[in-house]
Amino acid sequence: MSGNSFYDQVVHWEQAGLTERIAAARENDVLRALEKDSCDEHDFLALVSPAAAPHLEAMARKSRALTLAQFGKVIFLYAPLYLANICDNECVYCGFRHSNRISRKKLSPEEAVREARVIAASGIRHVLVLTGESRVATPVSYIAECISRIKPFFTSISIEIYSLTTAEYVELAAAGADGMTMYQETYNEALYRSLHLKGPKTDYRGRLESPERACRAGMRSIGVGALQGLDDFRRDGFFTGLHAAWLQDTFPDVEIGVSLPRIQPQVGGYTSRCAVTDRDFVQLLTALRIFLPRASMTVSTRERVEFRRNLIGLGVTRLSAGSRTEVGGYSQADNSEGQFSIADTSTVDDVKAMVEGSGYQPVFKDWQML
Amino acid sequence: MEDTLTIAGHPIRSRFFLGTGKFSSYAVMKESIVHSGAHIITVALRRVDQAGTQENIADFIPKDCILMANTSGARNADEAVRIARLSRAMGCGDWIKIEVIPDNKYLLPDNAETIRATEILAKEGFIVMPYIAPDLADARRLVNAGAASVMPLGAPIGTNRGIQTREMLRILIEEIDLPIVVDAGLGRPSHAADAMEMGADAVLVNTAVAVADNPPLIARAFSLAVQAGRQAFLAGPGAEKTCADASSPLTGFLR
Repeated sequence: MSGNSFYDQVVHWEQAGLTERIAAARENDVLRALEKDSCDEHDFLALVSPAAAPHLEAMARKSRALTLAQFGKVIFLYAPLYLANICDNECVYCGFRHSNRISRKKLSPEEAVREARVIAASGIRHVLVLTGESRVATPVSYIAECISRIKPFFTSISIEIYSLTTAEYVELAAAGADGMTMYQETYNEALYRSLHLKGPKTDYRGRLESPERACRAGMRSIGVGALQGLDDFRRDGFFTGLHAAWLQDTFPDVEIGVSLPRIQPQVGGYTSRCAVTDRDFVQLLTALRIFLPRASMTVSTRERVEFRRNLIGLGVTRLSAGSRTEVGGYSQADNSEGQFSIADTSTVDDVKAMVEGSGYQPVFKDWQML
Repeated sequence: MEDTLTIAGHPIRSRFFLGTGKFSSYAVMKESIVHSGAHIITVALRRVDQAGTQENIADFIPKDCILMANTSGARNADEAVRIARLSRAMGCGDWIKIEVIPDNKYLLPDNAETIRATEILAKEGFIVMPYIAPDLADARRLVNAGAASVMPLGAPIGTNRGIQTREMLRILIEEIDLPIVVDAGLGRPSHAADAMEMGADAVLVNTAVAVADNPPLIARAFSLAVQAGRQAFLAGPGAEKTCADASSPLTGFLR
């Protein structure tokens, strides 16, 4: 895989009839993929196809063995920190969408420090900083100031914010951010346009290429993913894996990860048109691991605690813990609405105990700011 | 027979070095260290946490072991140097394993950047143990740069495939006067014994111990295999042949 932009890959696979090719994959393609030491994108396509569904146990065994060899018996824990929920976008599935009548809030840098203090006291050392998209209310300079103020509390800070230019990613890296996550939501360009009605996020290609810009800006780790439930999980799952593989090939010194966020109820009541069952979720997770043995794999507190427990050992390497998705959710009593409902309301200690109970080591620190 | 491994003037009790990543708990890690009898224990500095509220991995390393921080996560020489200096500032001592890995897919090291970092850190008084892809010219450069040993890979990290770089390792063992520590890829005690029989001075293992069903037991097995391999090397085993050789048909007339 090569090319100047991952967009070329999306166009290529759409023109090649991805949907039809997924439907046409045969059992033999799946069995061949399972026998290989390393899978190419055609093998990966077979593993996300309906033909692989009867082979979930074999996929799980392979995924488990690969994860053990690459990551061992450890699970990395992190927590999100929401700076603001002010947003100019109209994403029909999102609780923060511009037209939703929710209480809007933006933390001052001092309030962000208070949040950081509470998160750090729970033992968390890796934090993910999030905002809605408003270049007026939450400009890059504000985010940079918050990052530099909370830096003393953490050993690694990642961002999951709106799409930036390369120079802006450089600015946030200089402030202390070392990782960046960007969900494309859906790789289906036509569907994307129908789901993102207004605001800068309507720029499909600009968002798609933001991980590339973050890599060029020197970020150490990059996470990509699709919001599962917007489009057929097999298509969006395939593109997620392909995107991660393309980034891995193009920027070999960057740690690439994938996330599997599954759409949850939120304010505004968007109903998923493509439900993703637990079996679908596990098929995608194990297919991604077999295709990308080295990629970190994140499952957030959107998922139920029992489900998360069962995913440990199947390929997951990162879990969020003690998450609050409301702005000021950790340190303020009268906090705002969250971006989405969290299904796992466990505390950090609960998640730590769950990981230990599964025979794994919870790891709180996996980077040292230089 | 006296047979002590010495690195940078320090006598080392065991030729089996153990890494500390990937274990299911710090308790299991510590028990494995004890069972292994290892004297040199590597720890990724990125995991050492002296300021956090959770348990710190460094507290589980027995005090009579040498803690050797590694520069895991470094993508170039400058980052490796900064990690090494941080390690010293955090009280992790002067032993440093240089890992410069700009390739997250195969985790193969960058020899050129490793040599550059070695040069800088050796001048600053670190005991530098560089992890490299086995290459004679690069190993010689490391000798000149002031390395305390050379740590060539047997196979890529975490693969458990044993010695896949045999010919290159054999040449390093023959030509380089520093201790050769075979690092990475050793999946079974027999692989470790193999490396030692070849004449390696020591081996370093992590994944194969950490992800075993019984890490302390396999740590002990590795340790014994390393001892057996070393003794076999010292004993000078007979040469291998592909066919029986009972007589001297070509020179028998000389009797």
